[in-house]
Amino acid sequence: MYTIIEKEKLNFSTVRMLVEAPLVARRAQAGQFVIVRADERGERIPLTIASIDRARGSISIIFQVVGGATMSLDRLSVGDGIADLVGPLGRPSALEGIKRAIVVGGGVGCAIALPIAEKLRALGAEVVSVIGFRSRELVILEENFRAVSDRLFLVTDDGSAGEKGNVCAPLRRLLEKEPFDEVIAIGPLPMMKYVALETKPFGVKTVASMNPIMIDGTGMCGCCRLTVGGETKFACVDGPEFDAHKIDFDEAIRRASTYREFEAAARERHCNLYRKEAEE
Amino acid sequence: MSERNTGGRNPMPVRDPISRRSDFEEVALGYDEETAIAEAKRCLGCKNRPCAKGCPVGVPIPEFLALVAEGKFGEAYEKIVSASSLPAVSGRVCPQETQCEGKCTLGIRGEAVAIGRLERFVADRAARPKPKPVGKKGRVAIVGSGPAGLACAGELTARGYEAVIFEALHVAGGVLVYGIPNFRLPKEVVRREIDALTSRGVKIVTNAVVGQSMTVGELLDKFDAVFLGTGAGLPRFMGIEGENASGVFSANEYLTRTNLMRAYEKDSETPVYRAEKVIVVGGGNVAMDAARCAVRLGAASVTVLYRRSEEELPARKEEVEHAKEEGVRFRFLTLPVRILEEEGKVTGIRCVGMTLGEEDESGRRRPVVKEGSEFTLPADAVIMALGTSPNPLVERTTEGLEVKPRGEIVADEWGRTSLPRVYAGGDAVTGSATVILAMGAGKRAAIAIDEDLSKES
Repeated sequence: MYTIIEKEKLNFSTVRMLVEAPLVARRAQAGQFVIVRADERGERIPLTIASIDRARGSISIIFQVVGGATMSLDRLSVGDGIADLVGPLGRPSALEGIKRAIVVGGGVGCAIALPIAEKLRALGAEVVSVIGFRSRELVILEENFRAVSDRLFLVTDDGSAGEKGNVCAPLRRLLEKEPFDEVIAIGPLPMMKYVALETKPFGVKTVASMNPIMIDGTGMCGCCRLTVGGETKFACVDGPEFDAHKIDFDEAIRRASTYREFEAAARERHCNLYRKEAEE
Repeated sequence: MSERNTGGRNPMPVRDPISRRSDFEEVALGYDEETAIAEAKRCLGCKNRPCAKGCPVGVPIPEFLALVAEGKFGEAYEKIVSASSLPAVSGRVCPQETQCEGKCTLGIRGEAVAIGRLERFVADRAARPKPKPVGKKGRVAIVGSGPAGLACAGELTARGYEAVIFEALHVAGGVLVYGIPNFRLPKEVVRREIDALTSRGVKIVTNAVVGQSMTVGELLDKFDAVFLGTGAGLPRFMGIEGENASGVFSANEYLTRTNLMRAYEKDSETPVYRAEKVIVVGGGNVAMDAARCAVRLGAASVTVLYRRSEEELPARKEEVEHAKEEGVRFRFLTLPVRILEEEGKVTGIRCVGMTLGEEDESGRRRPVVKEGSEFTLPADAVIMALGTSPNPLVERTTEGLEVKPRGEIVADEWGRTSLPRVYAGGDAVTGSATVILAMGAGKRAAIAIDEDLSKES
């Protein structure tokens, strides 16, 4: 069991948990992830490590409550134990040598982008962050990003916070004016696809952190495969970060919807459980 | 003296195909006492013990059969576990027809003694062993809790060592729990075998990925030796168009969802793809397991495609027969060339017919494409059961560990690798093979570890 030390709602559907996991905290680095199973009936789901405290032997995870598995996780409270938590998995972000970087975060992907921005700052790089959300209620981690970024651009689809529009507009303005060594994008697949299209004409190295469906997360099941530069790669052991200009995003988007019907049914089932509890 | 039945073996009661097709309960039901004694009495007790020589872990077969014939089932169990750490498992999944039973003298004229069925009988009715204190001869870290790791740990414990197994998944057993389906190897049987090992002193740490959570180097600081039994790794694909469409799975994924995550149970959170027309590509035991799972998950048709003929099928005959009884169809001499998709989802598979040409280096006749033989089979799920490449995580983080070009760890017959105090065995060394060969490799490595560590001290 992995005890939950803190639990906090970042917005109505996004939760941060600080969890006791000494074996993970010992070696974890920015960009890596864990596989979590809430309880004995639970699904194994990959979640990115949002912060690492080696001294306390804890890590934090940030997740959006979207399906059956994340709903089960959200039902746990401080003091409860998560049945299984394994990691750190995947390769750490390769950030050494970067002097000027743009970190692009979209929605809950900002939870992954933040430790990368922090690490870049710690390595002495100039960090410009561009974070995007659908609307003001969904904005998370704005202050954390402000603290580690030389400049921060906040955008929302509806303009209810920051600039109206998506992350591509400020990204383009930055790239038109200044040289950058690398753009690191983490967010929904369509966002990363458009970030890659946006940066390509500028010839700036662009990395996307992929979060496909996984089971074991250790290079056994092969369900996290994606096509990068015409070759099949496995996000769990070859990634999760890949050259965004080479990723077949359309294929990744299609693969991500493999279990959509099942997920909708699971949501319904869980919601009914909640409803039943509320009625009782 | 009673007449010895040297002709036919006693049949194994099996559930009928119609009822078993819709659940994941065990297919073969096992002998009762009377049948077991009668079957054991068929053994001729040959002086040269050919059956035992055919066993990769060296079970004293004639000796345990003699005890069964006398009704001494407890003693028979002790006899078996002196050599094998997982008798209830190997009694079920070993290819006995090519090992012990294949060497049985009775098999020359009639049918071999049903050694596997008797091993299963003895193991299933054995009492749990009494807890033993942990050995003090040394400490050994074992990476992976599959058949190789468990056999290595069992042998080391018997030799007076402390064995600690590190397992990446949330439950111990490796392929025995994620790969082999419940209807062939019930998970309770695996759990009982592992419980027996832990009561004999084996420790198991789950959720620990060596190569990520810790390195082999770190383990060497804390342990006297390390055994790598990391097993099968990344699934192989064909490299044909459409292979990344939704609805194309590796057998590893399909089986892991079904077996480890019990996706067939209503309250499991793990999704599994419910398909009408399932195509399985490959001809090994894993392909049979995937096909039979698809039947149980409610597919209307399940077809196995294999590029050679039925004669070359690498799967055990019994598994092929069981699959056929359950309605799995086979198309031999068939090679997929493209997976057809619409809006990213599988709709069919384009194939070519094959003929068998000259023998290749494996001694099997090489399949050759028949010109102009292309045809399409409709499908909404395709499962690729083409074997695996070894897991890269340990190699990547272990400097000096020699591996072959495809990634298999280089080890001698006793499991010694290019690094001192590091041993390896099972699929991580040989590529996809059988449970019993992995157990044999684990056991031999344990013997080598004992020998090497005893020399040092």
